[in-house]
Amino acid sequence: MKIVVCVKYVPDATADRGFNEDGTTDRESVDSLLSELDEYAIEQALQIVESGVEAEITYLTVGPDDAREALRKALAMGGDKAIHVSDDDIQGSDALGTSLILAKAIEKAGFDLVVCGMASTDGAMGVLPAMIAERLGVPQVTYLDEVSVEGGVVKGRREGDVASETVEASLPAVISVTDRTGEARFPSFKGIMAAKKKPVEELDLDDLEIDSDEVGLSASWSTVDAATARPARTKGEVVTDEGEGGVQLAAFLAAKKFI
Amino acid sequence: MGEILVLVDHVDGAVRKPTLELLTLARRIGEPSAVFLGKGADAATETLGRYGAQKVYVVDAAEVDDYLVVPKADALAQIAESASPAAILVPSSADGREIGARVAVRLGSGLITDAVDVVAGENGPETEQSVFAATYQVRAHVTKGTPIITVKPNAATPEEAPATPAVEAVSVTFSAAATGTKIVATAAREKSDRPELTEADIVVSGGRGVNGAENFVVIERVADALGAAVGASRAAVDAGWYPHSHQVGQTGTQVSPQLYIAAGISGAIQHRAGMQTSKTIVAVNKDEDAPIFDLVDYGVVGDLFKVMPQLEEEINKRK
Ligand SMILES: Cc1cc2nc3c(=O)[nH]c(=O)nc-3n(C[C@H](O)[C@H](O)[C@H](O)COP(=O)(O)OP(=O)(O)OC[C@H]3O[C@@H](n4cnc5c(N)ncnc54)[C@H](O)[C@@H]3O)c2cc1C
Ligand SMILES: Cc1cc2nc3c(=O)[nH]c(=O)nc-3n(C[C@H](O)[C@H](O)[C@H](O)COP(=O)(O)OP(=O)(O)OC[C@H]3O[C@@H](n4cnc5c(N)ncnc54)[C@H](O)[C@@H]3O)c2cc1C
Repeated sequence: MKIVVCVKYVPDATADRGFNEDGTTDRESVDSLLSELDEYAIEQALQIVESGVEAEITYLTVGPDDAREALRKALAMGGDKAIHVSDDDIQGSDALGTSLILAKAIEKAGFDLVVCGMASTDGAMGVLPAMIAERLGVPQVTYLDEVSVEGGVVKGRREGDVASETVEASLPAVISVTDRTGEARFPSFKGIMAAKKKPVEELDLDDLEIDSDEVGLSASWSTVDAATARPARTKGEVVTDEGEGGVQLAAFLAAKKFI
Repeated sequence: MGEILVLVDHVDGAVRKPTLELLTLARRIGEPSAVFLGKGADAATETLGRYGAQKVYVVDAAEVDDYLVVPKADALAQIAESASPAAILVPSSADGREIGARVAVRLGSGLITDAVDVVAGENGPETEQSVFAATYQVRAHVTKGTPIITVKPNAATPEEAPATPAVEAVSVTFSAAATGTKIVATAAREKSDRPELTEADIVVSGGRGVNGAENFVVIERVADALGAAVGASRAAVDAGWYPHSHQVGQTGTQVSPQLYIAAGISGAIQHRAGMQTSKTIVAVNKDEDAPIFDLVDYGVVGDLFKVMPQLEEEINKRK
């Protein structure tokens, strides 16, 4: 069967992230990398294959030229090939636009199972898996803490809004996995070397038969009016406990009327 | 004023607080109608009316509880198609976000997630989002279709505006996809007498420094003295010391209480993403260089096993 893993190339969360004047994400002044939460998606796809499911793993990313680095890292962890969708007209796409591109690319690649992260570490909307499933017309099995595939059925456990739930669906399906599925492996030296030989297919909007006015900043379904840095918090008093730390803290809380 | 659909978040008819916040916000931008999916509408109607719902759409169908997300999206989309509302507000829960996402695709409408404020603007509802681990504030609005906005807990203080809502039972024609993902079993989470993490005015959290499940009682006792909710860092949750439903941060719950107390937590960016917008922040950590101290209004450099019990004792003394 065919597994497509969606991975996003994002600005490093530990750096000072910001915005361009048009309200799009600043990707110039901050280093980018494979979204850490997508490593869990890659790991689960690899484990599904290792559990005995015969499958070919294709990574898919929509992003600028250097987003290829995210694909290289994924391929170094394992898997077979990758698709990179890139086009000047994609820049500034919102969730509706991006989900359209991803869905078209997934259809073109062919799929039985689509594996996503629970959310990106930049936009962090956590909505693309549901949108992709909606567009592909297949079940969504999302926010999974545990996942298994057997006999054409995907099963999993998730923390729902009020209870812990066991869920299942027949393939083809779209799933998303959380950071509780288990740590992702590190690429080995051998893996890094092997990744260099794995094929990466480059696609643009024409290849996916998407009109340039359907996506990108100008076609966006929503618009940013202003983005402002929050003032940094000012550091207050820090005392060293010399036997009275708890009492001092209580006095602070009482002065603030918390007690 | 236009009709605003508010998706009700409830447990068997018990309306959860974020819904009351949504109804309050909805009144700023139009006339709220509640959309109630599942069982228990009778019990909920009075509460929904008290917070200003002019109308309650009720969909009482087994599909809604037995299958994941899609039946709810079907119901909300169908009601939206016939009501043509001015906007749709949905709670920013896991389900809420995905319901909003599917309805957005179906209606060809823009989606804004995790709003922390919604006001009336020249071009329809204006939203405020707190992004990049709460280091930026973004103002945005939807430009196409019916604005669909998911709203975070605590975005507004619920205000009563008593109304007697008209109740309309809606029968939904479910899509073929509705029964695609079956919920085969559910296990209720352990109930606690403490306030819910997202709703609490005060949150007391413990991290790796707590060093063991059995030690979390030190955190719980301070929480109970203050009437607070208990939180935990991912390190503490991953170690199995405290349940995941209490995790604060990027991949846990994002809280914005009046007071946040972090004990034995270093203050990694992913943890800060979940608590940085708290009004007052206090930390207890034995490492004076811990990054958490950059955020605090008050900090104590010390051993949490000495400071926290003394704090608890002092709070109880002062009460
Ligand atoms: C701070 C910020 C706020 C934003 N707010 C909004 C908003 O309110 N409304 C809106 O419509 N857009 C918004 N956007 C734009 C939106 O984030 C992007 O359009 C993005 O493509 C979709 O959302 P996400 O990154 O949040 O994905 P999520 O839904 O969080 O991603 C979930 C999973 O989908 C997959 N995935 C996501 N993006 C890609 C990709 N490019 N390539 C491959 N796989 C991918 C990954 O598996 C990922 O783990 C915002 C962007 C930023 C940076
Ligand atoms: C994609 C991703 C998502 C993540 N999501 C989250 C999330 O949602 N929430 C989250 O919390 N983390 C999250 N993390 C993990 C995060 O990066 C940190 O690893 C984590 O927050 C560390 O937890 P901690 O502060 O408890 O532990 P540590 O960083 O180990 O800090 C422990 C602190 O306790 C102090 N200490 C030790 N003993 C004592 C004592 N006796 N008295 C006082 N102080 C003491 C130490 O000085 C230290 O500062 C995420 C990481 C990634 C990559």
